Amino acid sequence: MSADAPNEEVEVEVTAPLEPRGGDVVYRHRWPTRIWHWLNALVIFVLLMSGLMIFNAHPRLYWGEYGANSDYAWLQIGGNRERGYLRVGSVEIPTTGVLGHWIDSDGKLQTRAFPGWATIPGSYDLAGARNWHFLFAWLLVIPGLLFWLWSFLNRHIQQDLAPKREELSPRHIWRDIQNHARLRFPTGPAARNYNILQKAAYLGLLFVLLPLIVLTGLTMSPGMNAAWPWLLDVFGGRQSARSLHFIAAMLILAFIVVHLVMVVLAGPINEIRSMITGHYRLPREKP
Amino acid sequence: MIERITRRRIIASLGAGAGGLLLSGCDRIGRSAAFEAVQSSAQDLTMSMQRLVIDRSALAREYSPSEMSPVFRTNGNTMPRSPAYQAHLASRFTDWRLLVDGLVNRPLALSLDRIRRLPARTQITRHDCVEGWSAIGKWTGVPLRTLLDGARLRPEARYVVFHCADDFRGVPYYESIDLIDAFHPQTILAWGMNDRLLPVGHGAPLRLRVERQLGYKHAKYVMRIEAVESLAGIGRGKGGYWEDAAGYQWYAGI
Repeated sequence: MSADAPNEEVEVEVTAPLEPRGGDVVYRHRWPTRIWHWLNALVIFVLLMSGLMIFNAHPRLYWGEYGANSDYAWLQIGGNRERGYLRVGSVEIPTTGVLGHWIDSDGKLQTRAFPGWATIPGSYDLAGARNWHFLFAWLLVIPGLLFWLWSFLNRHIQQDLAPKREELSPRHIWRDIQNHARLRFPTGPAARNYNILQKAAYLGLLFVLLPLIVLTGLTMSPGMNAAWPWLLDVFGGRQSARSLHFIAAMLILAFIVVHLVMVVLAGPINEIRSMITGHYRLPREKP
Repeated sequence: MIERITRRRIIASLGAGAGGLLLSGCDRIGRSAAFEAVQSSAQDLTMSMQRLVIDRSALAREYSPSEMSPVFRTNGNTMPRSPAYQAHLASRFTDWRLLVDGLVNRPLALSLDRIRRLPARTQITRHDCVEGWSAIGKWTGVPLRTLLDGARLRPEARYVVFHCADDFRGVPYYESIDLIDAFHPQTILAWGMNDRLLPVGHGAPLRLRVERQLGYKHAKYVMRIEAVESLAGIGRGKGGYWEDAAGYQWYAGI
């Protein structure tokens, strides 16, 4: 890219550069964002589904360093021939047919926590799930670090994702929440920028959930515990790290659900095209 | 294994829905030889990265007595069925001997009494099962290094194999570790647990503790320690019972 030298070229634009309007096509996503997005679309689903299979091996979560069958589990998915349930604290939610009690593809009743359609592999295989999980963990971490680096260097994070001062005012945030609740999305030039709730969601994913899930994953490794014992102190023990890993995974799943709903509401073809080609048609102003 | 993609299969897959397609696809990929090779290189990458960042002598965390699990559950085999083990158990292991052999210059046959009189190490550590649970317990035993030094390991030895008295449907349990873990200060053959003699459910008379790896590496009912150059030819060659039987990773630091 050539740097502009405004002093030498006396090229005054007669007409001021036109601000793009609703209906114009703008370049929105650069190639690293697009590649990372579609890689993650695959990688995160494999990690989620293989993770659910790993959870199935011991469908109980604890706080602290230790935790096994005779210790108090703050979350448990259980089932028997009659019913399935999810227990969180002292609240028990019946999940018969979905969790802890489901019919597999051969028509047989299973009492594992997560059903076969939600797990990789589709039938109980802890060793296989671990192989999938640890292979795809590399595909999350290495491209993720590269994306971080790239987004700082080319100022994508500073320019496009970092909230501006005025966006952080409670009034602005409240107005954005109201706009979202009424499904009133920005149009015209305003649609070129992320709004504050989008920024919060993407920054939360990039700098809170993804680091949290990677570091709590490492905290479950007895080898890494020997190398970096501070991990145990940061997360309050191995079983706490396992609980936080599960919670972070569920929050990432929630992010994906909201993300997909928003794509559908905002115009799926335009949105998906922008993530494939980079080009996005600004929504027209409503009359 | 090459699977022919037929029209009927495609229609059947479509009929199972997109999720089903993804799933059956994953299961099919998961079983292919090429994908196993990819997974196996990811395992190698994980192990080499861990070996890179974990100092050889870095210790697993040791806990205080107040942090111990109130109940330390058992799992796997809890009572070896072989008549030989039953006879040793009945005589409180008085005639039992631990064999240390293979690639050593001075094979050993040590009585339990002799082992208990060797300098012991006591450590309160966390036991992490591959399934996900953890329990903290206190282990007392002889460092494996003491036995390997006593038997004078030969230079070509690369792995230490633990042959056990228990079995799953007639297939004997065994495990193996490399010399980095074998000579680690916390790697002990425990004969005591929680200030008592090691109970049968937890592996009496001797159980391996290899604290920087998952529970299935901590072989119970250790009868014989064999130094070898290669794991091929032992069991089905993958270095342990669970590695052979269900494809668990040989390196279980993660």
